[in-house]
Amino acid sequence: MRIAKMIDRIDFGLMSSDDIRKMSVTKIVTADTYDEDGYPIEGGLMDLRLGVIDPGLRCRTCGAGARDCPGHFGHIEIARPVVNIGYVEDIYDCLRATCRSRTCGRILLSDEKATNIRKEIESQKKEGGRWWEISKKAIRDASAVETCPHCKEKKIKIKFEKPTSFNEGKNRLTPSDVRERLEKIPNDDLLLMGIDPLVARPEWMVLTVVPVPPVTVRPSITIESGVRSEDDMTHKLVDVIRINQRLADNIESGAPHLIVEDLWELLQYHVTTYIDNAVSGVPPARHRSGRVLRTIAQRLRGKEGRFRGNLSGKRVDFSARTVVSPDPNISINEIGLTEYVAKTLTVPVRVTEHNLEDLRNFVRRGPDAYPGANYLMSPDGKRYDLRYADREELANNLEVGYRLERHLKDGDIVLFNRQPSLHRMSIMAHEVKVLPGKTFRLNLSVCPPYNADFDGDEMNVHVPQTEEAQAEARILMKVQEQILSPRFGGPIIGGIQDHITGAYLLTKRDTKLSRDDAQQLLASARMFKDLPKPAGKEDGEEYWTGKQIYSMLFPKDLNLRFKAKICENCASCKKEDCEIDAYVSIKDGELVTGVIDARAMKALDRCEILDRIIKDYGTTAAKDYLDNATKLSIASAMKFGFTTGIDDEDIPTEAIDRINEAIDDAKEKVKKLIEVYNAGELEPLPGRSLHETLEMRIMGVLAESRDTAGSIAEKYLGLTNHAVVMARTGARGSMLNLTQMAACVGQQSVRGERISRGYKGRTLPHFKAGDLGADARGFISSSYKGGLKPLEFFFHAMGGREGLVDTAVRTAQSGYLQRRLINALQDLRVEYDGTVRDDRGYIVQFVYGEDNVDPSRSEGGKSVNVKKILSQIVGD
Amino acid sequence: MAGVSPDTIKTEVQKLEGEVPELIMKDLQQNLTQISKDKAISREQLEKAIDAVKNAYQRATVEAGEAVGTVAAQSIGEPGTQMTLRTFHYAGVAELNVTLGLPRLIEILDARKTLSTALMVIYLKEKYSKSREKAREFAQKIEMTTVEDLALQTETDLINLIFIVTLDRTKVQRLGLTPKIIASSIANGLDLEVGIDGYKLRIKSENESMTELRRNATKVKSHLLLGVKGITRVLVKIEGTEYVVYTEGSNLADILNMPEVDQDRTVTNDIYEIEQTLGIEAARNAIINEAIKTLEEQGLDVDVRHIMLVSDMMTASGSIRQIGRHGISGEKASVLARASFETTTKHIFEACMHGESDRLSGIIENVIAGQPIPLGTGTVELVMKGGAKGGGK
Repeated sequence: MRIAKMIDRIDFGLMSSDDIRKMSVTKIVTADTYDEDGYPIEGGLMDLRLGVIDPGLRCRTCGAGARDCPGHFGHIEIARPVVNIGYVEDIYDCLRATCRSRTCGRILLSDEKATNIRKEIESQKKEGGRWWEISKKAIRDASAVETCPHCKEKKIKIKFEKPTSFNEGKNRLTPSDVRERLEKIPNDDLLLMGIDPLVARPEWMVLTVVPVPPVTVRPSITIESGVRSEDDMTHKLVDVIRINQRLADNIESGAPHLIVEDLWELLQYHVTTYIDNAVSGVPPARHRSGRVLRTIAQRLRGKEGRFRGNLSGKRVDFSARTVVSPDPNISINEIGLTEYVAKTLTVPVRVTEHNLEDLRNFVRRGPDAYPGANYLMSPDGKRYDLRYADREELANNLEVGYRLERHLKDGDIVLFNRQPSLHRMSIMAHEVKVLPGKTFRLNLSVCPPYNADFDGDEMNVHVPQTEEAQAEARILMKVQEQILSPRFGGPIIGGIQDHITGAYLLTKRDTKLSRDDAQQLLASARMFKDLPKPAGKEDGEEYWTGKQIYSMLFPKDLNLRFKAKICENCASCKKEDCEIDAYVSIKDGELVTGVIDARAMKALDRCEILDRIIKDYGTTAAKDYLDNATKLSIASAMKFGFTTGIDDEDIPTEAIDRINEAIDDAKEKVKKLIEVYNAGELEPLPGRSLHETLEMRIMGVLAESRDTAGSIAEKYLGLTNHAVVMARTGARGSMLNLTQMAACVGQQSVRGERISRGYKGRTLPHFKAGDLGADARGFISSSYKGGLKPLEFFFHAMGGREGLVDTAVRTAQSGYLQRRLINALQDLRVEYDGTVRDDRGYIVQFVYGEDNVDPSRSEGGKSVNVKKILSQIVGD
Repeated sequence: MAGVSPDTIKTEVQKLEGEVPELIMKDLQQNLTQISKDKAISREQLEKAIDAVKNAYQRATVEAGEAVGTVAAQSIGEPGTQMTLRTFHYAGVAELNVTLGLPRLIEILDARKTLSTALMVIYLKEKYSKSREKAREFAQKIEMTTVEDLALQTETDLINLIFIVTLDRTKVQRLGLTPKIIASSIANGLDLEVGIDGYKLRIKSENESMTELRRNATKVKSHLLLGVKGITRVLVKIEGTEYVVYTEGSNLADILNMPEVDQDRTVTNDIYEIEQTLGIEAARNAIINEAIKTLEEQGLDVDVRHIMLVSDMMTASGSIRQIGRHGISGEKASVLARASFETTTKHIFEACMHGESDRLSGIIENVIAGQPIPLGTGTVELVMKGGAKGGGK
């Protein structure tokens, strides 16, 4: 990238009154802005020498028009000095740490002590350390001293009264007095007070001149009716000038001391609120409408302030946003853009002899026909808008060296983003594919990294404009390069939901496919390969197993063994002979036993096969596998048919009876427990009160009863049940969800306890006070399918509300935690010597992570999978 | 064909020294030796295996310029959205409440000095850990008992300016104490005059003023009679074959000094206390352990390297610094970086006074200035010589 100017360093310092005058192009004396004709008044706040914002006018300082004039500072001479609110505390430090004598003004420390501290400070300063922390101590020591060690002047205690007044004993110190004192402090003592004499003097913290920022900083706006509305800063400056004028007039006319003092105080107020309108103890200045004014400090501070809102985060061109929707037919690397977006967003391409003819056609088609171009730049920097230009002529005159901003077309690289951008996989590079419709299309497998779904989510697209940026996006940010999450070193992109059920249905033991069916499946997965040898014959027809078909996705030398999600974790694993086919064994690219389910291909859940492929065969192979595997899964799901509905939770009446029995048993047990408790015979658990013990026991009994109810229901829900297939294979939902629907919802809780609040001693007026029974404290014995009783429904709503509140609070808390973490760690990087250092070059780790291994290249946290390598070389 | 001997394996693997981490070398050697027991490994295979391991390690190493800090922050921050907010019962010890989930993670990274649930697990030396009685005895010894714990009632006599404590007879006797012992403990410890009247203690204040009385009353109430300061509750649990003492509240320094305690295994979850007693390296490990424990308990998979980096960043200066305004972020070299985080105007005002200069060496500063950031591909600076061969104009 060509960078015209690089900023190497920014120095900070204070400005003296003279500096402010020197910087100023004019003194501002009038509080008015425009005259009746709407022309800026000379000497007013909109003076033409301060720059111009109205088109047509010219700046009287630099002669440029509204577009090019950067604006120039002016100044206001104030009749009496006022304190700069940002430095009152520091002024106070200076006052109490120095001698009050008019002739002395030294810091209240002996020469010897001062020299020692100064030496310490200077050495710290040379190292770039935080030397002012030493000064803080010096100030504390000095302000405790009673008599000046230099001139023996007795000190009178100075009291600082917020926000801006200082009192010495009983005498008030006016800002003029303060300034006079500060002027006395010799440069040599300033370091001891945390002030660098090279760039600052304490008396500059008391203002005698107020700088007036250029009009470009505080533009006025004209609303349709022609009424001008001024910026908040201009309003504040008007206040300052008005009061200053009145103060000056009163002093001039020799008005009583009291009146001058009051006006002085008022001037202090206006200058204070001009700098910061949220100082504690100062009522904020308001607009006529009662709105609090946004002055200098408010413009910088906070989330929407200059720093966080405009400098750390900037608005950009070449971006688009719309609703996202799924497209299982495009690759994970692709993104579907609408033609409208593709025609609005452009990439600059340099005209070379190789693309000259091609680009001529782009110019001819112009901005309205796709694929065309919107702008053309000639080598001499002229810019042609192809909407209005004679395109035919421009196309014919097109030469090498021109730059054409052409429409996006298939294969271009764009960045795709969904907020909140919590990790780097929230922004990935995709290849453009222009599709009909009005939404962005994305492959379902990339939903997990973006955390996207299609219930109305919107996402953003950005188009990198330089070749360098495009190359970086392609090489580093493309989706296939982000499959492995650096968080845990496993795939974060993989199959979801139907991909899992589809693969399971296909690879189940009893799946047999005719030649036609097998070919059909392969074709829908875009795998145009020859079928392997048939697995056998049935009724004279050749058939293939689903495992054979799925195996065609694998590289020929893939070897892998693991337990599937459906594995029941038997005491001793029968491995290949598993009854439920839960032991997955892939030999030389052939799925021998086991079913493909969540363990094998679900994003964020081991994803064993993809994990192996990406680590052994690279990202492109992984992308191809994933693209094909998901398509094959979807095709299978469609071939075999897969649906779920409320009747999947149907259980026979005898089961319902047994469940009710179990629940009644539990309620009975609870009753007994309460009786024992009331009789005072309950044995408390160590370290728990009686009541706590009772609650814990009851919760245990009820939880157990829900589990029993669940396991009764489960017996009637076999793997022929689609809802169960989803839960067991890990595609979606859990057995708990199912048993809650079919059998019993269970205990509702608020703050980890049974529901206990509401009325005095009871949750609802339907119960007796003090009733501790299951029903009275939010146990729901109904199932979702059977329907909740009114009281149960109410308890359920209570539990549900807590869940909602919890999520809301959590997002706020974890968002702030993330911001802090990023801010604290973002400057760290690995250097070429292998150390991890911060931006100062301080070493934080000598070897990254103690072994110099990148987590996203590790094998489940370990750097090298020794066993795997050995079994490849030595065999097993 | 006879395979290579275990000794050859050892010497060959040893040649990797310095190129591959020790753990991997050990792993390789062990696996090779294991295989060679059933199967002959040829010299060629051995060399191939060693080469393959070397290459695999090389491939797994980080690249220079990698933004490891940002990746670590994201890897810890992102799963934060999935954590629970509630305090749960501790797995295994149903009797103790422990802060878990997001609140605990925040507590660790904030480097809080007072924890919402401080906790110790005290392992005992073999002499004591095998007997339930001895473990119990020890537990009772360390449990903190204050005057207030033994008081049936406390009252302040405003007329005579006397603080009266009525002791609970049964509790006092159970602990083997007498009013006399308690009185003398208060008298000696707080330097107050104590009168004994059966199970009533009358505590006089020196200066006969109300404020003094009140101050003394709180002092007397929290006066430590028995046990270790800070240990508010004690539980003895059996773990395998030994008895282990769990405590609510923590006081590592005092507990480690007790002769019954196995100093090697006893832990606390108070990181600040660990830093005070065992030093900064121990604190670094404690942060790593606590953070891993919290994340794992929530079922979140985060690579240790990220947590290590956070912990190292927090402890690299020699004392614990929190993640945030009062720690790392507040002590950054760059004015702009500090200003763009929190308390914007304060940092700018101060920077002017101190005459700081921003070298634009960090990330946000360069984002603010609109320049390439010194990370990843931005780390590289190319210098090209102009002239006849160099090309450039």
